[in-house]
Amino acid sequence: MNAPLAQPVVALVGNPNAGKTSLFNALTGSRQKVGNYPGVTVERKAGRLPLPDGRIAELIDLPGTYSLTPRSPDEAVTRDAVLGLLPGEKRLDAIVAVVDATNLRNHLRFVLELRRLGLPLIVALNMVDLAERDGTTIDATQLATILGLPVIATVAVRRRGLVELGDAVAATLRDTPAVAAAAGEADIRLLQREARVIADTVTLAQGARRRWSARLDAVALHPIAGPLLLAGLLFAMFQGVFAWAEAPMQWLESLVMAAQTGVTAALPDGLLRSLLVDGVLGGVGAVVVFLPQILILFFFILCLEQSGYMVRAAFLMDKLMASVGLNGRAFIPLISSFACAIPGIMATRTIDSPKDRLTTILIAPLMTCSARLPVYAVVIGAFIPATNVGIFGLQGLVLFGLYVAGVVGALVAAWALRHTVTKGPSPTFLMEMPKYQWPAPRDIGIGLYQRAKAFVARAGGIILLSTIALWALATWPKPPADWDRPALEYSYAGRIGLALEPIFRPIGFNKEIALALVPGMAAREVAVSALGTVYSLQGVDDTHSEGLIEKLRGQWELPTALAFLAWFVFAPQCISTLAVTRRETGGWAWPAFMFTYLFAAAYAAAGITYWTAKALL
Amino acid sequence: MTSAPLVFVLEQLPAGTLATITAIDRGNIDPHTAQRLHELGFDEGVDVELLHRAPFGGDPLAVRVGNMVVALRRSMAQLIEIDTASATPPATPA
Repeated sequence: MNAPLAQPVVALVGNPNAGKTSLFNALTGSRQKVGNYPGVTVERKAGRLPLPDGRIAELIDLPGTYSLTPRSPDEAVTRDAVLGLLPGEKRLDAIVAVVDATNLRNHLRFVLELRRLGLPLIVALNMVDLAERDGTTIDATQLATILGLPVIATVAVRRRGLVELGDAVAATLRDTPAVAAAAGEADIRLLQREARVIADTVTLAQGARRRWSARLDAVALHPIAGPLLLAGLLFAMFQGVFAWAEAPMQWLESLVMAAQTGVTAALPDGLLRSLLVDGVLGGVGAVVVFLPQILILFFFILCLEQSGYMVRAAFLMDKLMASVGLNGRAFIPLISSFACAIPGIMATRTIDSPKDRLTTILIAPLMTCSARLPVYAVVIGAFIPATNVGIFGLQGLVLFGLYVAGVVGALVAAWALRHTVTKGPSPTFLMEMPKYQWPAPRDIGIGLYQRAKAFVARAGGIILLSTIALWALATWPKPPADWDRPALEYSYAGRIGLALEPIFRPIGFNKEIALALVPGMAAREVAVSALGTVYSLQGVDDTHSEGLIEKLRGQWELPTALAFLAWFVFAPQCISTLAVTRRETGGWAWPAFMFTYLFAAAYAAAGITYWTAKALL
Repeated sequence: MTSAPLVFVLEQLPAGTLATITAIDRGNIDPHTAQRLHELGFDEGVDVELLHRAPFGGDPLAVRVGNMVVALRRSMAQLIEIDTASATPPATPA
C-alpha cells in the first residue's frame, strides 16, 4: 500500500464549547500557525500532528459550529473546508469530530451530519472526566459500534487519550481512502431524534446536571447578585488593567527612551538620527507601551470566556442591548474594545447577523480604549484640580465620567444607526450557556500569545508606518534660515494643521491643537507626543508629560481643555481602527462612514462643551 | 385557572418546574432561527426546565433543554408550547 506523498490534512470539527481548542492546543502545543483564510477575515489555525507511523499531518482547528448550515462567516468557513470548497485549501483527508461527553445528545447530532459526508471520520469523546464526575457513564465501545466510527475517549486539558487519538487518525488515514465529501441537505429533526436514541442507548448511567454549575448560576444570574457580580468583575478588570500595567509600562517607556538617548548620542544630528529617534523608535514605543494593558485585558477576557462566564454577562446585558437594537452577543466585543477597538472589531466575527455585526463594529471605537488614557491623563493632570469630592478624587471622577460618556455615546449611536443606516429586523438572542470550567493555563497562555501577536502585527505595522509617514510630513520641507516660528509650522504637517485651524477654531481649539491632531491620526496617544513636539519647538526642551502639563496650564483656557477631552471621547483618528474596519467590512465605504460620523460627533461634543464652559465660567 | 384545554408556553413555566415540549410554532420563527433552536436541542418530546429569568424585566430566560442550558428571549419562549403533566423526572428513564 502506498502512503500518500502529500502531507495529510486533518481537521478538528465540533460544536462550540466541545473543548475543541483545548484539544488542538494539547495535540499541537504552542507551535501553531495562525493566519487568515483568503478573502475572508476568519482566522485559520493550523499545527503539526506527528503520527505514530512517522508522518506528520497538518491539523487544522476549524471554527466551532452546531451544524453545516452556516449562520456566520466563521461557520461558513467550517462548512466549506469540510466540503472541500475552500479556495486555496487542500481537501481534508480526515475529520476529528470533537464531542462533549457531558452533552452527548446534542453533539452526536452533528457527528451524524458529518458522517453523511462519507469522509474518514474519528470521534473524540472529550471531557469524559467531567461526565464521570457527574455520574454519567458512556459505553464508548458500543457507541463506536453503533456509529461505525472509531471513538476515542479524551480529556484535552489533562492530555488523556491523545496517543490513542493519534493512533486512530493514522489507522483511519491508512485504511480509509480519501474521498470527496458528498454534500446533501440533512433533515435536522431526524438527525436530532436519531442522536437522542443513540445517546440514550450508550449512556449507561445518567448523572444529575452539574450541581456546581447550577449553584454558580444561582449567583451569577441572580436578579440582584448577578448584576453586582458583573459590575464587580468589570471593576476588577479595569483596576487590573490600569493599576498592574503602570509599572511595566514605565519600564517599557524608559527602555524606549534609553534607546532614543543611545541613538541620539551615537549619531550626528541629522535626518537619519531624527528618523530613527522620532520616527522608528517613537512609533515602536507608541505600540509596545500598550502591550502590558492589552495583555492584562486579554488575560481577563480569556479567563471570562473560557470559564463560561462571558455568556452569562451577555445574558445579563441582553435587555439593555436590545433597547438599542443589538443583542447580548455584542457585549463581548464591546468589552474588548476598552483595551483597543482592533481586537474588539475582530471579535465581532461571532455575531451572526450582518447588520448587528456592522453596528457593533461602528460603535466599538466609542468604548474608551487605552490609547486615549495618555491624552486624558495629561489634560486632566493639567486642568482638573486634585481635590476631593466626598470620598472620591475629582480627577478620577472626571476620568470615570469620560468613560461613561463613551458608553452612553455608543448606546445612542447604536440606536441611531439601527434606525437609519443599519435598519432591519433585530435577530433574537439565542445562545448556549456552557457549563462553567476552570480555565486551563495552557489554553490561556497560548490564547494570550496569539492575541498579543496579532495586535502587534496589525496595529504595530500600521502605527509604525504612519508614524514614519507623519514624521516625514513634519520634517519636510525644511524652513528657510530666517524662519523664526516653529519648524513644524513650515512643514507639510504644519501647513495641513494650519489649514485645518479655521475648522477647529469655533470649538475652541488653538493652532497647536490643530497641528497635534494631524500626527494624532496615527494613533490617539500620538497626539500627546505631537503636542510635546509643537510646544518644545516653541522653546521647551522637556517633552516629558510633567513638562507638558505645566506648559498646557499656561497656554490653554479651561474651556479649551474640556473641549479637547470631549473631542477625544468620540475622536475618529486612529488609522489602525479604520484599516481593520476596512478589512472586516470589505471596502472603504464603512470606514469612511465611521470616520465621518465620529468626526461629526467629536466636533459637536467639543463645541457644546466649549461654549457651555465659556458661558458658565 | 381551571378551564379544560390549557395551552402552556415555555414563557409561563415557573422556575424549577419540569415540562415537555409539545409543539414549536415554526410558522412564526424565521427558518435560520428555527434551525438553531433544533441545533441547541429544542424539539417536540424533549424535557425543558426554566432556570432563571434575567434581572431587568425578566428577559431573556435561561432554560435547560436536555442536558444543556440555553438563553433565549421571552418572545421566542412564547412560541414553544409545553405540557407539565407528561414530564418525566430526571434520571428515571421510562
